[in-house]
Parts: sequence; structure tokens; C-alpha cells
Amino acid sequence: MDGLTIIIAVSIFSAGLAIAIGGYGPARALGESLSKALDSIARQPEASASIMRTLFVGMALIESIAIYAFVIALIILFANPLIGYVVK
Amino acid sequence: MKTLSVFPEKVFSIGPVQVTDTVITTWFVMALVIAICALFTRRLSIQPSTGQEILEGIFEAIETTVRDVLPIDPWLVIPVLGTIWILIGFSNLVGILPMVKTPTADLNTTFAFAVLSYSMTHVFGIATQGLKGYLSHYKEPTWILFPFHLIAEVTRTVALAIRLFGNMLSGDMIAFILLGIVGFLIPVPFNLLHIVIGIIQAYIFGVLTLVFIAGGIRSQP
Repeated sequence: MDGLTIIIAVSIFSAGLAIAIGGYGPARALGESLSKALDSIARQPEASASIMRTLFVGMALIESIAIYAFVIALIILFANPLIGYVVK
Repeated sequence: MKTLSVFPEKVFSIGPVQVTDTVITTWFVMALVIAICALFTRRLSIQPSTGQEILEGIFEAIETTVRDVLPIDPWLVIPVLGTIWILIGFSNLVGILPMVKTPTADLNTTFAFAVLSYSMTHVFGIATQGLKGYLSHYKEPTWILFPFHLIAEVTRTVALAIRLFGNMLSGDMIAFILLGIVGFLIPVPFNLLHIVIGIIQAYIFGVLTLVFIAGGIRSQP
């Protein structure tokens, strides 16, 4: 195998790994925050408007961690800086 | 057919300045916003028409949100923050038109918005407490944490840009990949989800900017 093949193979593998691991944590966190929010709405239905607003903001903040992993995967796949060392 | 691309494509260039498709779409969005506002505010009345009522609803939502968070006069912040808010919202939603690439799925656009939000934080902080009072919050609680304050300034701005960019790009990309795999009707629910995500991300961007501004002016006694 020449250098280019190794880099491409490792890139594809690590992009998949990045999305897999980077999606796992935020998914757990999203589920946990949603269940906590449902608990508190069931206990205090009159506060549901403010709970939902905070929940959406928090969920978008949690989700952005998965988005960072996605951006890293995109950089590995489409804008790989290491290929420049091999392809002159 | 639109190709799957992370980078903007050059359409034509004026001298050394390259005009990409993102620029054209953004100008189209700006024209659209101005046209809608001009159309609906032409005949203002006490008994509002439907268009005027929609605009008043959006406007009141912005004003209430800003008034709840900021301890200073909200009218210092609303003109620029509301403009960013509405422009990002329209930019996120314009991508669902066929053959139009979402302008916020380009890292240059989102970085421009993030730099604007970064400078607003400092401008409003200095304007409310003066240069010395504003700089003094960097040495809280001790001088040792000063480098971490600087790192936080940079990372939260970059995170703001990458969050919007990644969300919009992933929406486009999911639609594109599903269109290649299954084609008919399956991408529709994902596009509906993309509309919701677009509105929420515009809201998040504005709220985070608002929170950063409030953090910059917070030590007002």
C-alpha cells in the first residue's frame, strides 16, 4: 500500500468513528434532559412554557457537541490537510 | 443538479473579489426581508392587517426577550440584534427553496455573524461601564485566570459560528443523501425537521449573543 491509500483508508475509518463516538454522548444527554424536563412538567404544569424554552436552548447547546464531531468528520473527508503531504 | 459541496462555488469575479453563490443568496435574502417589511408597513393602522400583525408579533417577541435579559435600556441593543436575528432566520429558511444553497451553510457567513456578535459584546460592555470598568472584569476572581478569559472569548465565538454552520450543513446534507438513496417523499419529513432546526438555531444564536452581552455589562452596580 502506498501512502495515499493508507491515508484515505484511515480517514474514512476515523470519520465514521468520530461520528459514532461523538453522537453517543450527546444522544445520552439529550434523552436525559428530555426525561428530566418531562418530569418537571408533570410535577408543575403551569411552568411548562418556561421549561420548554429552557429545554430547547439547552438541547441546541447539547446538540452542537454532536455537530462539532460532524464538522470534524467533514474536515477529515472533504478537506483533509494530510493528503497534501503525499500528493504533490 | 446541485452537487454535494462543503465550500461555496465561485460564480463570477469583479477584479480580485470573488463573488460566490453564498453572496448572491445573501443579497437575495436581504432584498426579500426589505421587500416584506416595506410591503407590510406601507399602510399602518390601528386595526392591523394580517401582515402588519405578523410583523408586530415578531417584533414584540424580540423586544420581550431582550427586555427580560438585559438590565439596561433594550433599545440600545434591539436594532442590531433584531436585524441579525431576522436575517439569520430568513437565511436558514431560504435553503428549502429548490436550487438555492443555504447561505448559513457556509462557514464564511457564520463567522461574519459570530465576529459581529463578538464585537457587540465588547462595544456594549465598554459603552455601559467605561473602558476601565469593562477591562477590570478580566481580573476576576484573580489575575491567574486572565489567560482562560482570553481563551473563552475565542472559543465561544468559534463555537457560535461552527454550531450554526454545522446544523445548517447537516440539514442540507441529510436531504441530499436521502434524495440519492430513496428519492421520492422520504426526504420530506427531514425537510420539515430542517425548518424547525433553522428557526431554533436562529433563536439560539440571538439568545447566546444576548447572554454574552449581558455577561459583558453584568458588573454594573
